[in-house]
Amino acid sequence: MKFRFQRKYLALPYILFFVFFVITPIVLILYYAFTDKATGQISLNNFVKFFSDSTNVNVLVISLVYGLINTALCLLIGYPIAYFLADRKINKSAVLVTLFIMPMWINFVIRTGATRDLLNWMGISGGTYPELATIIGLVYNYLPFTILPLYTTMLKMDRSQIDAGKDLGANPVQNFFKVIIPLTMPGIVSASTMVFMPTISSYVISDILSEYNVVLFGSYIDLYFNQSDWNFGSFMAMIMLILILFSVLLTRKFSKEEGGKESIW
Amino acid sequence: MVKKILAQCYIYLMLLVMYLPILLLVVFSFTVSDQVGIWTGFSFQLYVDLFNNKDLMEAVGNTFLIATVSAIVSTLIGTLGAVGTYYSKKKARKRIETMTQIPVVNAEIVMALSLAVLFVALSLKFTFFTLVVGHVVLTVAFVYLNVKPKLSQMDPFTYEAALDLGAKPTYALYKVILPEIIPGILSGFMISFTLSLDDFVITQYLKEPSFETISTYIQKIIAKHPIPPEVRALTTLIFLGVLVVVVGNTIYNNRKAKNVISKRRRGV
Repeated sequence: MKFRFQRKYLALPYILFFVFFVITPIVLILYYAFTDKATGQISLNNFVKFFSDSTNVNVLVISLVYGLINTALCLLIGYPIAYFLADRKINKSAVLVTLFIMPMWINFVIRTGATRDLLNWMGISGGTYPELATIIGLVYNYLPFTILPLYTTMLKMDRSQIDAGKDLGANPVQNFFKVIIPLTMPGIVSASTMVFMPTISSYVISDILSEYNVVLFGSYIDLYFNQSDWNFGSFMAMIMLILILFSVLLTRKFSKEEGGKESIW
Repeated sequence: MVKKILAQCYIYLMLLVMYLPILLLVVFSFTVSDQVGIWTGFSFQLYVDLFNNKDLMEAVGNTFLIATVSAIVSTLIGTLGAVGTYYSKKKARKRIETMTQIPVVNAEIVMALSLAVLFVALSLKFTFFTLVVGHVVLTVAFVYLNVKPKLSQMDPFTYEAALDLGAKPTYALYKVILPEIIPGILSGFMISFTLSLDDFVITQYLKEPSFETISTYIQKIIAKHPIPPEVRALTTLIFLGVLVVVVGNTIYNNRKAKNVISKRRRGV
């Protein structure tokens, strides 16, 4: 039979690339996570090793805490910025928005080093205040990622509802929690997912800012991988994958609820 | 009124904070002192030092090389992937869409580690090839996601019309579909290029040991020392480059928007 060109064949390189270099590596990681390093046999050794040593679990818990603090601070600082930027009465041009996003395009390692040098100069060094330095570095790096999704949601939101709330007698606090927050929830959720998971898995910022005093989960994976303990490193990478899966499902559930609400109208 | 002024103060203050670390590097790139914060007179010496620093210049060259190569590969595979998927059956399309989300949500360190494990399992040495594969994994999904909306906005019958008029499928793809999706391809290329320029983790895991990019080269130094003086000059040049691209892009978009508006007014 003669080969006949069909447009769907064009996707073949894309599919093959993903099968080879995205899916196979993940399958390999799962395989390594459940094999013993010494014998190469299927075992739960890594599982036991991880959960029996409190250091490992501590690193995971501390990373989650750093993720939460970073997300909360980014939202706290970024939310008003996005709100003001999206308010036509305060800001008319798109230039300011671009200015807030622009630092993202300057090399990430240079930015991190520059933040550390500045903090050192101000007396907040990784040697003396590792936690504070790490948090400042994290917030500094992730703030643009928070502002962008919040801003796009706020541009689209119906501001007359806020005025309606005011007219109907809500005080500013009530109006904020009962009207503005629900209206901007999609932005808050997507900003949180863009900050929370990457904070846990990132390691350059915490390594450099805290002078290796704060160890986040990504840094821990990196450590074991560099010591060539791939099985244990793979197991922790798998934990990371499970966390990511959870956060994806959570966001998905949320955006579905949003869609459901819209369909009523 | 007071509220408005307060809001603007907050915005400008935060903007200043965001730019402070970078601006310090930019300002102190025009003096020779070893430390940021000490001004020893205006000079371009650091720029001379920058261009004389062979290792750093090589790292800059490598960074652009890998970004260009991986962005081209990503754009090719990603664009073909999006077009092919668009014309696939619904079930296959759903599967490809799910697969596409993996590198978008995955942590970079997991991608880097899993690819490194794969290459070692295949007993492949870390070379330029493995590095390109890593960067394409990082970026290809974004090309796909940028091309896809352009395909769904397209008139679905122009391709059939071209075939009816006697065009060969490849010719029709090139002449009919390509012009429709070219803006998506270009923005996909740009995103790939910038993601690759900025990348550290995947590069660190998959590069040949002697191959350094800006990120890995500087990370090695600043792990123990302050930012070297000539990197301040490099930062200034990067900052200028970004500024030119961003301002150019804003002007271009504004002009395009104005053209559209004036066309509508004239009733075209």
